[in-house]
Amino acid sequence: MPKNKLDPSKWVDEYADYLYNYTITRVNDTIVAEDLVQETFLAGLKSAKNFKGEAAERTWLISILKRKIIDHYRKINSTKGKAEVKMGYSNREDQEGDWLEDTVADPFDINAEDALQNKELGMAIQECLMKLPKKQADVFIKKTIQGMDTEDICKELNISASNLWVIVHRARTNLMDCLENNWFKK
Amino acid sequence: MSTKKNNLLISCEEAKHICDKMQYGEATFLEKLKLNLRILWCKATKSYSKRNVNLTKLCQEAEIKTLDTQKKNEMKEKINTSQSQA
Repeated sequence: MPKNKLDPSKWVDEYADYLYNYTITRVNDTIVAEDLVQETFLAGLKSAKNFKGEAAERTWLISILKRKIIDHYRKINSTKGKAEVKMGYSNREDQEGDWLEDTVADPFDINAEDALQNKELGMAIQECLMKLPKKQADVFIKKTIQGMDTEDICKELNISASNLWVIVHRARTNLMDCLENNWFKK
Repeated sequence: MSTKKNNLLISCEEAKHICDKMQYGEATFLEKLKLNLRILWCKATKSYSKRNVNLTKLCQEAEIKTLDTQKKNEMKEKINTSQSQA
């Protein structure tokens, strides 16, 4: 009997945000990322009969998404006909010959490293959010990530303000514990 | 005889609640004052406050993106349509 089963009716609620963040860190384009997530779900439906149940549902969807991202890059490269290579040559005469130094990493320029770390952190937070009870994750995302007003969230989820703060408190405590175990101890 | 309590002293639970509200800029000046007073002598509140601020900072640094509800509904519809056609 397979360990894992597919439930496409829950895919959007449970995995869309995770897959979207995974994609956006790789394609840097919100529209393309949305399309790729959508294509992943549809491709998942088509190949659902091939799912053996050995991998978790999310892992299986990620493997489809990875192929979609590779296909996306293949497509845009074939459209352009070639890969773009940018080189930082200077046109200024006084800097002639300095181009070799442009290829050496600047140890004081940590922006790229910071950005990479922030992307990894984003995925770690997403992983922890997925471990939360659904209501806690919903409220936390609306309040913290989407920056919605307390009143609006209460109306949408039909809860009282005091109930919302209890849920926020539980979500934050669980997230802190999860991040301490999965991010800081890495 | 007045039975009014000393309002500046709050419980640990209340302090945590104010600390949570502070992360979203929803704590009043008086609440912040109460929290800071408690932090001076309560280790548990101080520790919670530190972790809470850290979580807020991490969430800001991570720049997590989410799909809006409308887009999610569109995705659900497409999945449903595709399932019914199969």
